[in-house]
Order: sequence, then structure tokens, then C-alpha cells
Amino acid sequence: MIRWWLALVLALAALPLAAQDTMPPAPYAYNQLSDPKLEAEASALMHTLRCLKCQSQSIADSDAPMAGDMRHQVRSRILAGESPEQIRSWLIARYGDYVSYEPEVSSTTWPLFAIPVLVILIVAGVLLRRLGRRRSDDDNAGEAA
Amino acid sequence: MIPEIGLAALWLAAALAVLQMVSGAASLRAAPGEVNPLAIYARPAAIVQAFLAVLAFATLLYSFAVTDLSLKLVASNSHSMKPLIYKLTGTWGNHEGSMLLWVGVLAASGGLLSAFEKRLPDRTMGATLAVQGFVALGFYAFLLLASNPFERLPVAAAEGSGLNPLLQDIGLAIHPPTLYAGYVGLSVAFSLAMGALLTREVNPAFARVMRPWVLGAWVLLTLGITAGSYWAYYELGWGGWWFWDPVENASLMPWLAATALMHSVSVLAARDALRTWTIMLGVLAFSMSMLGTFLVRSGVLTSVHAFAVDPERGAFILGLLGIYIGGAFTIFALRAGAVAEGKRFAALSREGALVFNNVMLSAILAIVLLGTLYPLLTEAFDVRVSVGPPYFNPASAIFAIPMLLVMAVGPLLRWKSDKPARLQFELALIAALVIGVIALVSFFGQYPLLPLLGLGLAAALAVAAVLPLKGRKLTRVPVATWGMVIAHFGIAVSLFGMACEGAFSEERLAAVAVGGTEQIDDFKVTLDSVMPIAGPNWTAMQAQLSVSDNGAAPVILDPQARTFWSPPQSTSESALLTKWDGQLYAVIGNQAEDGRWQIRLWWKPFVTFIWYGGILVALGGVLAIAGRVRVDVKRRVASAKGARRRADVEALGAPAPVPAE
Amino acid sequence: MRSRLFLWVPLLPFAFFAGLAAFMLTQPKDEFVESTMIGQPLPAFALDPAFDGLPGASKADFTGKPKLLNVWASWCLPCIAEAPQLEALNRQGVEIIGIAIRDRPEDVANFLSKYGNPYTRIGSDKISEVQLAIGSSGVPETFVIDARGVIRYQKIGDIRPEDVPVLLAELEKAK
Repeated sequence: MIRWWLALVLALAALPLAAQDTMPPAPYAYNQLSDPKLEAEASALMHTLRCLKCQSQSIADSDAPMAGDMRHQVRSRILAGESPEQIRSWLIARYGDYVSYEPEVSSTTWPLFAIPVLVILIVAGVLLRRLGRRRSDDDNAGEAA
Repeated sequence: MIPEIGLAALWLAAALAVLQMVSGAASLRAAPGEVNPLAIYARPAAIVQAFLAVLAFATLLYSFAVTDLSLKLVASNSHSMKPLIYKLTGTWGNHEGSMLLWVGVLAASGGLLSAFEKRLPDRTMGATLAVQGFVALGFYAFLLLASNPFERLPVAAAEGSGLNPLLQDIGLAIHPPTLYAGYVGLSVAFSLAMGALLTREVNPAFARVMRPWVLGAWVLLTLGITAGSYWAYYELGWGGWWFWDPVENASLMPWLAATALMHSVSVLAARDALRTWTIMLGVLAFSMSMLGTFLVRSGVLTSVHAFAVDPERGAFILGLLGIYIGGAFTIFALRAGAVAEGKRFAALSREGALVFNNVMLSAILAIVLLGTLYPLLTEAFDVRVSVGPPYFNPASAIFAIPMLLVMAVGPLLRWKSDKPARLQFELALIAALVIGVIALVSFFGQYPLLPLLGLGLAAALAVAAVLPLKGRKLTRVPVATWGMVIAHFGIAVSLFGMACEGAFSEERLAAVAVGGTEQIDDFKVTLDSVMPIAGPNWTAMQAQLSVSDNGAAPVILDPQARTFWSPPQSTSESALLTKWDGQLYAVIGNQAEDGRWQIRLWWKPFVTFIWYGGILVALGGVLAIAGRVRVDVKRRVASAKGARRRADVEALGAPAPVPAE
Repeated sequence: MRSRLFLWVPLLPFAFFAGLAAFMLTQPKDEFVESTMIGQPLPAFALDPAFDGLPGASKADFTGKPKLLNVWASWCLPCIAEAPQLEALNRQGVEIIGIAIRDRPEDVANFLSKYGNPYTRIGSDKISEVQLAIGSSGVPETFVIDARGVIRYQKIGDIRPEDVPVLLAELEKAK
């Protein structure tokens, strides 16, 4: 949505610098795997991998040539029998956590998982405070407040 | 000359903002029962200021319309060859112009508030206008000192450098201004909350004043987000409609806060409960708007390469954020303890359900905020991470699912206290629908968990949304109740669309020779031809696809691959075939070396329901405003009549009747 | 009157955010995605020649002494800007092996005849395969590879004159 009219303005400014190549895309950049089950696996994975040349898009949503080449890698590796998680870790080994939209619990990402737990606790606390203790006094104290 | 008038208007407006602030603050210093002589200027200052700010925006609009290339902003963002409509929309397709729009809406809201709001006590109104003026002043300063939209070039440019082609779309004409109006409309809720807090007037009367503003801003935010999502969907060419991108999240967060605020302010108006909570949300909602503005414009977040990736501007807005949000939270902390607790209620009551869902909405807001800002935190330690849909979807679902369940039941509950036994049938029906639909869908195939839950919840919610009408005479149901029913039903519709899109979408990518046919779902899609065509500032390859649904007469779709020349950029113009039960989405890509064309096709069942739902939700909001305003007007007329009658009685010399209180 | 301490809670995360954002505003913004393959051996690869004039490139070519691996393309404008610096490095005895990304032989030959040829070998990577395998996210990028084929350093973006001594030092360190 607005990400584009905002986000692409800079990308646009940089665009004339990085002219596009004219090469045809890699075989699996724009072609699906014939096995629907494998294609579904590949597609699910591609939606969670970040296009390195774009402003926050997954490689499944991008026309950037590099995104096409990454899609080719994903599909051909799936076809060769690799699991989606193997491919993800192959890419993470090369580009770090940045390439994956699916953060894994690690020394750098634990707060992403710890804070929601904290939020759940706070939510439980607030709800108990606001709703829990009212039972006993709502009949007599209710109107007095 | 015209731009100079705009600039002068802006400076004058800033000066009036100072007057409004001082005069509003003076009303707090008045002795009881008296009016401070300084206090009378706040209202007129706000109204004149609104005219001036709108005038400033109009002059910029004019400069864009006539492509005044002596203006730096026009030269760097427009082009004389662009169609007029995109010249106009280009006014807010850049940092300075959109900031001016922001400020224009801010001043207009302040003007409307001071022109039409007569119910609040003078002191509260004065404090509110002072806060509104103070907020406006900061943003005038930002415009005038750090992003002057009326800056002239030493020598007029020969030609403008154009507007990003993705922005040359009708979506841009409606989406950002709507969203801005929503963001900034929340400033009134913020000022009212601060005004009420400062003058200790947190009560149902205050809530009734605040409610239409919150509802209005919320309706605009809903429409803005809905339009933006649909625009991204058809404009980006890959069929995605929500990406959890930081800029999208920046629009979602104020919506979440405003949704919570809207419900909480209704409770305050109807039941005099949730006083502190309403104030907190009022502060939070506009804080989220300002935070979004900061994130979008400072460039601190990688993905939000906003128009102004300028640390100085970022620092300026951060300073404003510190003053307004930091100041508001501090005043809240100092004053909220003194706000008397509102009326009490049982856990199982309408208020209880609303509190539960407000807490859930706040939790979702916390998750979105965390996920959006987390990459910023790790970058401080030179580690780069990405947080995307695989995180946001399940993390927000943890809170969204209980919220949707309570949302189904909540409107059926009575105020103050209720007994579960009374709702046995409804509860059983809702549970049966959730479980039944999930079981039924799972029977036909394997689908991901979240869309599956979404389908079950959507079905239950759709039925539950209309249950409050059960056993009532439909013509006697208040308009505002209709608003609630329609808005809740809209949520169900939207959820249904999202779940269907997630569970049942089909994708077909293929290289097709002219004359070749592809099959997707029940559609046969034939590539008839590919022809070059030319537009005003672009050329394109346009494919002609004939789509036949199950052997029916073919429909023609013509997606384009456009190439703009100023600035040079390509876009995919998707072509959509809209049926009642979904959309066929077609995109043409490049030509391969063997002469075949890349065609991308999607069949997205019920995807349109996402946006139909959004429109229904907004419609519900509009009905709620209409209903409330009607009741308020009636009440005002009645009380005026009462006052007149009392005056008549007094004039007749009869003893005044003792009010039966 | 309720506990007032609780009311200060919203201010805390905001203060934390404001501090963080203020700090980040002072930091230079770098948009580069660094390779996490530094310190790792080059993955095995063997690329065909990018054009008739020079042999292709493979992992086996990175032996004997530290060398530069230059990821570039004839369609990339910053690659033109860095050509003189590559020449300068070449003149100082640095061996540069190129990988041409998504390129055509005639374009490669054309580029080299216009802007000079500092390479000893150029492999053609038509589908960015090797680029992805070494964690490079754009063109141009230059890697220092030591004599055992281990990636030691990555320079993202075009090589400016001031980067030449840095690269020479890195090559020296890799010995």
C-alpha cells in the first residue's frame, strides 16, 4: 500500500544507476514446478524470503532479476529433494537472518519471542485486575463508585 | 506570486497557532465564574488558522496543476506531460506536499472543533484548543524551518523530473489523503483527552464530544487502509494485499488504537466507566499517528525509505514526538491518578467484553509495534534481521482469535452484569458454527491452520453480528446499533475474504506463445495477441487474453507491461476479472528469447470480500456517527425547548417548577 | 486514588524508543547486506567463460596467492566507475578474477574494450548462482580470497580510489 509510494521513491532515485540487464530470466524464475505439492512447498518458502535488492518485498512478490534468480534456486533445490528449511538455512548461512522473514529464536532474536510472552502475562494481569476481582463487590459497591 | 501567498499564509497560520495556544491556556487561569479576557481569542484563532492552512495547501495544489517549474518541489516531483489528475495527486506524493496536507488537515480539524463544539465547559475547551494549537505549532515549525514546500529555484527548471509511475494511479488520489485525514483527525481526540485530563472533566459529556471525532477518524483510517491494500494488490502485480511492511504497519497501529478508543469512548459515554483507559487510548492513538510519520520520514527503518531520508528532518520529528508523546504520557502519569474511578461492572457484562477486546487490541498493537521496531533495535548492534508475515500472522493471531470470539458474544451481553445462562442458545450456536465450519472445510482438503480458523470464526462472527437484532422490531433499532451490526458483519466478511485468499488461491505462471492456452481453476485463458500501445507518458506492451469460464463466452482481459520515460521505470498493470466469488488476476511479463510471453495468472476466490468488508466496516462507522449526531441534536433541541418553556413560565411570574432531581 | 506508579509505565517504552531512534539517527545508514561467508571457504563452482577472450572461473583458480574476486556486470553503471581502480590494483600485481552476472559475451567484450580489462579470468554467472552462493547481494562487489580459497573480506559497491589501499592491505593480511 503506501509502502510503495513512499518506499519506492528512493529505490526509484537509485534506479537509473543500476541499469537492468536484458538477460532472459532463469528457468524457474517465472515457471512453476510441475508437481503441485513441490510447487506449494516452494511457493510457501519464497513468500518468507526477503528480496535483497528490493525495499521489503519477499522474493515471491518481486520482479527484480535477483529475486528471479533466488526463486530459481529455491525451485531447483526443492526439485532436487532439499527441504524448505534446508534451503532457508543455506541462504541464512550466506546473508544472515536478514534474508528470512521468519525469525528463529537465537541470541539476537529472543526478545521477539520473549516480549509477546510478557505481553500475554501483562494482558492476563490487566484483565484479572480489571475484571477478576469485581465479582464480589459489584452488587453492593457498584452504584457507590 | 501564488507560492509566496501560500508561504505567507503558512507563517500567519503559525502565528495564530501561538495565539490559540496562549489564549486557550489563559482560560485555565480564569477565576471561577469569570472569563479571562485573553481566552476569547482561541476559537477565532483556530478558525482563521484553518482557512490559512487550507489556503496554503490550495496554492501548492495550484502550482502543481500549472506545473510551476520555478518551485523546487514541483520541478523535482512533477512533469508538464503528466495527465492533470496525476499532477494534482502529485502534490501529496512527496515529503513537503504531504506534510502540508497533514498540517492542513490538522488545522481544519482544529477549526471545525472550535466552530461547532459548544457543549464542553469553557475551561476544557480552552485547554483542548491550547493543546491543538501547540501540536499544530510544532508541525508548522517543521514545515517552515525544515521542509518548506514553497521553496523557489534560483533558475526555473526546463522540465520536471516526473513522478514515480507507481504513484500515477487513481489509488494515490484517494488513499493517502484519506489516511492522513484519519491520522490527523485523531489529533482532536488527543487534544480533547489532554484537555479533559488537565481540567479533570473526564465524564460522559466529554466522551460524547470526543466520540464523533474518534468515529470519523476511524472511518477514514479504515477506508484509507482498505483503499491502500486494494491499490497494492492490483498495482504491484503479484496479487499480495498485505505485506506487514513497516509503512503499512504505521497505518495499522493508529487504526488498532483508534478501534480500541472508539469502543472505550462509547463505554464512557454510555456507562461512565473506563475513564483513565479512554484518556490513555486517546493519547496513544494520535501518538501512533505521529510515530508512523516519524518512521516513514526519518529513514531509520531500512524498508521505509521514505521520501525524506534526511536525518535532520528525522531529528526534528523525533523532537516533536518527544515533546508531544513524552509530554502527554507525563501529564497522564501525573494527572490520571486523580481521575475518579468510573462505574463498576461485572466481568460478564458488555463492559467486560469491551475491556477484554480493548486489551486484546492493545496487545496486537504491542506485537505490531515490536515487530516493526525490532529490526531497528538489532541494527543498533549491527545485526540485521527481518520480521515478516511468518512472525506477524501467528503472533497477532494469538490475541486476535480470542478477541474475535469475544467480539461475537460481546454485543449480546447486557451492560453492567449478565448471566451466562441467558445466552445458552447463542453461545451454543457460535461454538457450533466455529467447529462445524472448520470440520467441514478440513474434510475437503488440507489447509493451513490460520485460514482454517479464519473461516470458522468468520462464519460464527457473521451470524453473531446480526444476533443483536433478534427479536427486535427492525424499524425501531437505533441507527447507531445498525452501525455496530454492519461494522461487525464487515469484519466477518473481510476475515472470510482473507481466509479464502489464504486457503484456496491458485497460481499459474507460464510462458505462453501467442495463440496458446493455459488453464487455471475452471478458466481457460488464451493469449490472443500482444500489441504495443502508447499512453500520455508511457508506452506499453498490451496482451489480449480471452478468458472463458467453463466454456462460457470469453471475456477479454488486457494486462499491460508499461514503460514510463520520466522517470524511467517499468510497471505491470494487472488486469482483473471480477466475479461474485472471486477475481482472476492476470499480468503480462517479459518476452522470452523463444518468442513466448511470461503470463502470471491467479484465481483468488472471494478475495474481493477483504475490501467489501472494509467498506462495510467504514459504513458501520458512518451510521454510528449519523445515529449519535441525530440523538445529540434531538437532545439539544429538547433541552432548548425545556429552557424556553422554563423562561416562559418565569416570564409569566409563576413559581418555577422544582426540577425533579 | 490508585497507585500512581503504574501510570508511568507507558512512558518507559516510549523513552526507550526515543533514545534508540535518536541514536540511530546519528548512525550512518548503510543499506548493504553483508555476506556472512567471511571466513568460510568458497563454495565449489565452475563457470564457463563470459566471452571468448578469457578463460572461465572456478574455485580451483583461487590458489597460490590471495586474489580478488570481482562480481560485476556490463550493464551496471557503478562498475564503469570502479574500472580505473581495478586497473590500478592490477598494475600493482593483484590478480583479479571476475564473475559477470547475467551478462552476454558481446556486452562483456564491449565493456572490456571500452573500460579496460584488469581480469585474468571471467566466469559467466547467468543465473546469479555463484553470486548467491557467496552471499553477494549486488554488483559490483569485490571479495578477497586467500591462497586456500577462503573468503577473507568483502567490499560492497564500487571501489573508490581510497578503497585501493584497503584492498591491498586486506590482500596482504590474507597471505
